[in-house]
Amino acid sequence: MRRFPAMPQTVSSAPAVFAPWADPQARPLIEFRGVTKRFGSFTAVDGLDLKIYEREFFALLGPSGCGKTTLMRMLAGFEEVTEGQILLEGRDLAGVPPNRRPVNMMFQSYALFPHLSVWDNIAFGLRRDRLPRDVIAERVEEMLKLVQLTRFARRKPHQISGGQKQRVALARALAKAPKLLLLDEPLGALDKKLRQETQFELMGIQEKTGTTFVIVTHDQEEAMTVASRVAVMRDGRLEQVDTPDRIYEFPANAYVADFIGEINLIEGRLAAVEGETARLHWAEGQTPLGGLAPKPAPAAGEKVTLAIRPEKVRISSERPAGAANAVRGRIEDIAYLGNISTYHVVLSTGHVLRAQTVNTDRFHAREHTWGEDVWLSWSDSAGLVLKG
Amino acid sequence: MTGKLRRWLVIGVPYLWLLALFLVPFLIVLKISLSDPALSIPPYTPTLDLSRGWEGVREFVAGLDFENYVFLTTDDLYWKAYLSSLWIAAFATFLTLLVGFPIAYGMACAPVHWRPTLLMGVILPFWTSFLIRVYSWMGILAQEGVLNRALMWLGLIDEPLMILNTPTAVYIGIVYTYLPFMVLPIYATLDKLDVSLIEAAEDLGCSRTQSFWLVTVPLARPGIIAGCFLVFIPALGEFVIPSLLGGSRTLMVGKVLWEEFFSNRDWPVASAVAVVLLLILIVPIILFQRNEQKAREAEQ
Amino acid sequence: MRRFSWFNLTSLTLGFAFLYLPMLILIVYSFNASKLVTVWAGFSTRWYGELIRNEAFLDAAWVTLRVAVVSSTLATVLGTMAAHALVRGGRFLGRTLFSGMIYAPLVMPEVITGLSLLLLFIAIDLDRGITTIVLAHTTFSMCYVSVVVSSRLVSFDRSIEEAALDLGCTPFEAFRLVTLPIIAPAVIAGWLLAFTLSLDDLVIASFTAGPSATTLPIKIFSSVRLGVSPEINALSTILIAIVAVGVITASLISKRSIARQMQDTRAAIAGA
Repeated sequence: MRRFPAMPQTVSSAPAVFAPWADPQARPLIEFRGVTKRFGSFTAVDGLDLKIYEREFFALLGPSGCGKTTLMRMLAGFEEVTEGQILLEGRDLAGVPPNRRPVNMMFQSYALFPHLSVWDNIAFGLRRDRLPRDVIAERVEEMLKLVQLTRFARRKPHQISGGQKQRVALARALAKAPKLLLLDEPLGALDKKLRQETQFELMGIQEKTGTTFVIVTHDQEEAMTVASRVAVMRDGRLEQVDTPDRIYEFPANAYVADFIGEINLIEGRLAAVEGETARLHWAEGQTPLGGLAPKPAPAAGEKVTLAIRPEKVRISSERPAGAANAVRGRIEDIAYLGNISTYHVVLSTGHVLRAQTVNTDRFHAREHTWGEDVWLSWSDSAGLVLKG
Repeated sequence: MTGKLRRWLVIGVPYLWLLALFLVPFLIVLKISLSDPALSIPPYTPTLDLSRGWEGVREFVAGLDFENYVFLTTDDLYWKAYLSSLWIAAFATFLTLLVGFPIAYGMACAPVHWRPTLLMGVILPFWTSFLIRVYSWMGILAQEGVLNRALMWLGLIDEPLMILNTPTAVYIGIVYTYLPFMVLPIYATLDKLDVSLIEAAEDLGCSRTQSFWLVTVPLARPGIIAGCFLVFIPALGEFVIPSLLGGSRTLMVGKVLWEEFFSNRDWPVASAVAVVLLLILIVPIILFQRNEQKAREAEQ
Repeated sequence: MRRFSWFNLTSLTLGFAFLYLPMLILIVYSFNASKLVTVWAGFSTRWYGELIRNEAFLDAAWVTLRVAVVSSTLATVLGTMAAHALVRGGRFLGRTLFSGMIYAPLVMPEVITGLSLLLLFIAIDLDRGITTIVLAHTTFSMCYVSVVVSSRLVSFDRSIEEAALDLGCTPFEAFRLVTLPIIAPAVIAGWLLAFTLSLDDLVIASFTAGPSATTLPIKIFSSVRLGVSPEINALSTILIAIVAVGVITASLISKRSIARQMQDTRAAIAGA
């Protein structure tokens, strides 16, 4: 008889830092080895290597058409791998049909069976395992409680709201206690406010059940919020796989830097490297600008890009004393977003840089206004010099 | 011409046409079915004499009776005909479903660029003469027909089967002629079916057969029901098929009505037969409309 | 739906064989030299020759064609008016009865429609002949036309008509210049449907035709009642060929998608 893992009601106190990917001894739950998927002449996934560990909340992030959905469908068993292997706990998944994989999926459209009630939808997968009636009933009730839908058990899918449907889909996929849960754009159909609430709910449920989650999304904010690690995909390849903070603070290249959050990118050539800091020539007759040097550092004269986040750029009327990097420009545009304001500043070289300020004081008039000449400045450790 | 007049014309002309050529004829049938039996010599008593005002109307109503309906119950030919029509229509509908579902399913699974051609292939016979399509089976099912000779040539049978002029031939005829009515609505529901529902079923542990029975079939239900009614309703009153393929031994109401009218010339009884047939048809028609309405609501 | 399997291929092949083989056999046997329709005695076009010389068939064909053209045209006009009344007519006295009378003939067994019309013609002492058949055919096919046209009327955006009125059209101009061109495909489809229904009809025509007018289906029915005849095979082949050529060209010319056609057909059958 099938036993479902007990759900710890409280998270064990002060866990050690969860980072199995940093441990070379750790055995991955899922391993992609040189996986390639072609549809006719189109290569959707290109020679991909990736390890996903147990209890991870792993996000596949990328624009549409980058291959993230194909990757997920290969995990679920709906697409065959063209080349390479996908291993689950060390066993090759090739040829295992979707119904024989310990992997469940939450579909983008939710794919709730319209002819079955919420209860029967959740019980659907359990019934396929020919479990005893009372075991199924107990498990369904447990799932309903988990997603707080006990009151709606008898409703049909068309009688509940979008957010509730999303939770039914989650409960249905979790009911079989899969080793791996796949979530295909799980929050895409919800409005923004509900989406943010649901993100935290999703994290809570993942923590409670201890299931490994792989989420596919094109929404970087969502990926950053929920995931323990994020893989940024582009044209069938992985650009970077790392924790959200490292992806944000230390993007591997200009693509990742630009894809995640807002960033100023200034192209130039490497002037010199002094310790941690690299400087780049970015325009004729201008002082070179500095940022954290890439490792290993490229040779002087090579093409590099300075990447700096707008919130790390200070804006001031006077040149701040002692600033490592300072440029002068004129405010062209101000985007007021309530909590923050973004200033678009045109430099004499034609570059447009963005700087952000936090609006901490309601009654304080804006310090700077359109057409004003201002200074932008940042420290050497605020920017990042990237190769290419 | 003013707009108002035009509006009344647009409504009034087809309205009056249908009143005169649909409703009035039907009321005449109803009246004759309640009249005294007589052999094809109208007018039937009672007659309505409006010149005598209320008195005339009252006398007319008093003269109506259910004599012909009583007669229908006394002669077992009639109720046997109704029962046999119901049975033939129901069983033929079931057979049509058995034949039609795999075709509709195959069409829905076929590559997208094949589908217009396949649809065309199913619709085309619908535009060809019904009579000719029924007739084409006479040459196939006859004792010396194509089917019997093919089976004998194959060595499957030693002597010709008797198929033409049996209920079997009627079943074949109904399945053949009404097949598009079954295939099209089922195809329409299967075509709309979301692939991810089937993937979800497989993801949750269904084999392909299981997902077919647990997801595909229940979701195709509105189409299946619509198809069944679209076959059952016209098959119940069918005349051409039983009279060409069924022989004298196959009893169906449509044929009885025809013979009552043309051979026996007993118009009051023929009218009563018609009224009862309509009463029987009301049930499936209402059920069908309810199914259609539910399907439309589900779509919204 | 996806994954086209061997099972799907087999059921499609068998299904289409079932749909088309009988007609194919009929066509093949129309070229049989033998009088015995079940024995193949070599290729011949003899029966086509006999058919052309058969005055009775030619007369019946001529009657049928005239009835079909007149009744389908009348039915298209009346049916389009009825559809307009139903969809755009707003509320009027007896609307429920009206829509009931539109849908009822679609499910009414032909024997009953035929019987009731015959009793009417006798009651008003109208001589049976071409006129009565035309009246009968117009009545039941106008209902099909109105269902096909109203499904189109329902699906098109009313604001287009309102825009025409806003730009200065009278209601009639709006109908002629805007509505009619948009619903034209449905009107044509309705006419074709009415035309084939009339060509095809045996039962209602049998009731309403007098001794002076015999239609082709009546003629065919009376001669095949006794068994298969090679002349009828030849005639059927010609009719099948006309329909096939007609439908295929129509679908190639018309830009309407097959799906749309199917919807209209289903609506016509379903009365919904």
